[in-house]
Amino acid sequence: MMIKEEMTSMERVLTTLGQEEPDRLPYFLLLTMHGANELGMSIKEYFSNPEYVAEGQIRMRERYGHDCYYTFYYASLEVEAWGGSTIFYEDGPANSGAPFIKNIEDIKNLEAPDIWDSPQLLKVLKTTEILKEQAGDEVPIIGVVMSPFSTPPMQLGFDKYFDLIYENRELFDRLMEVNTEFCIEWANAQLEAGATAICYFDPVSSPTIVPKELYRETGNKIEQNVISNLNGPTAVHLASGKALPIIDDIADAGAAVVCTSSLEDLAEVKAACKGKMSVLGNLNGIDMRNWTPEIADNKVKEAIDKAAKGGGFILSDNHGEIPYQVSDEVLIAISDAVRKHGFYPINR
Amino acid sequence: MESDKKSVLNLEDALLKTDKITAESIIRSNLLDKQVDVFKVIDLIISPALESIGHKWENGDIALSQEYMASKITEEIINEILPPENPMRTSKPNIGITTLEDQHMLGKQILKSLLNSKGFNLTDYGSIPIEKIKEKIKSDNIEVLFISTLMLNQALAIKEVTKFIELEKTNTKVIVGGAPFLFDDRLWKEVNANAMAKTAVGGMYIIQEMMG
Repeated sequence: MMIKEEMTSMERVLTTLGQEEPDRLPYFLLLTMHGANELGMSIKEYFSNPEYVAEGQIRMRERYGHDCYYTFYYASLEVEAWGGSTIFYEDGPANSGAPFIKNIEDIKNLEAPDIWDSPQLLKVLKTTEILKEQAGDEVPIIGVVMSPFSTPPMQLGFDKYFDLIYENRELFDRLMEVNTEFCIEWANAQLEAGATAICYFDPVSSPTIVPKELYRETGNKIEQNVISNLNGPTAVHLASGKALPIIDDIADAGAAVVCTSSLEDLAEVKAACKGKMSVLGNLNGIDMRNWTPEIADNKVKEAIDKAAKGGGFILSDNHGEIPYQVSDEVLIAISDAVRKHGFYPINR
Repeated sequence: MESDKKSVLNLEDALLKTDKITAESIIRSNLLDKQVDVFKVIDLIISPALESIGHKWENGDIALSQEYMASKITEEIINEILPPENPMRTSKPNIGITTLEDQHMLGKQILKSLLNSKGFNLTDYGSIPIEKIKEKIKSDNIEVLFISTLMLNQALAIKEVTKFIELEKTNTKVIVGGAPFLFDDRLWKEVNANAMAKTAVGGMYIIQEMMG
């Protein structure tokens, strides 16, 4: 017999963020491209109209019953506002085109785009407004920004970015200053439009990508600056990168939530976050494509057993975007498993 | 004069500190003091240092940025002491390296630097679409092709390349790498690749094994 859900998604999420146990485990299916499928159109067409994206989000939540709306389009959408380009695919996430900063010296004169002049960014705000109208105060709406520290691989290329960090700190600082200005304004505009919280994508800060010492003098300070200037709570997402070695730094920067990689032990991350932050994660999205409903059930149960007790945990994938190839059957199986194993109290 | 082992450790330390001046001085002093040829220094000093750095990355002891900077500095030094046009470099087998319409080229760059540092010459196609790769396999008579991808759909698209190789009987060996393969260790077989390299050092070992 299905247990009755007593809380709204918002109540459930806020309760868990308060380190208490809600009625059941909250879970976020961070679906982006699946909305195109739902509406029977190409990914490119889907992201051309903010109403399509809102409709996709509403329909997917109706279908799977997860606990958020997610207004993320694709990472290079922000770069388009800076003058960059995007490549669309039929079966995967849009990717950024060639870096638009061709000469490192151009950073000296780089200026942050005005978000109100960018038709692409305005589309996201429109989607957020539509979802807010639908959700009221019952469903959290998760907005997304790229961190100032993690945008440069799209702005100038990963190799040139590393050269900049290690060999030209003056221009690096200048780029971070401009990116930070943009990031704060962009995040606050989404909060103003109705987003409940901001997911701050910062994969470059992961110890997978830069050493902890370098992160402390760069990415962490930037994170702290951005988060302290946002008018809403922030989840730091390392997009499959490891978080454990820098958990305390992320908490000190003011994050309310951290997303952990499927390469890390969920129980270990949960213990490290205790009393400081909540944990989001960490189902392996790439592997999910090959799951059967039975495997999905086992994976969800395993995650719940490791991290759900006492609240402070939201189940999701580990990357912040479930691959297009993951089937409806698996997404339903994940949702069913949450309702089968995730009601509190969890006494296994 | 330092022993080889000490030189390796000192070089590794300098590379991880991105200290090109010290790294170059260690390599040059080995060349001059020991009066040995470049390949001896590559085999005894440079490769072991880079391999150790690669293993540290694989074990999560260092970050990607450190591996990248170490391979970049080494490549710059090697290109000074053994320019690409030097006939001592190995041009066999014909090696190609590419990403699939993806600007995330760091993994490719590290592997390229590592293979260059080992004295291999290889053709870097940058980031090209599938159809272009097919053309290059035939026109350049590519014997070994490294393909690095960041996104799952691009990883799956490698199937088109391996299918082409089978149809055209070019006998090209395809070695794949990149994030999707790290998160799904069966994926490389699904796309009919000949091997999967989890790291740049892994890629180097695979090609050495292929050469016997």
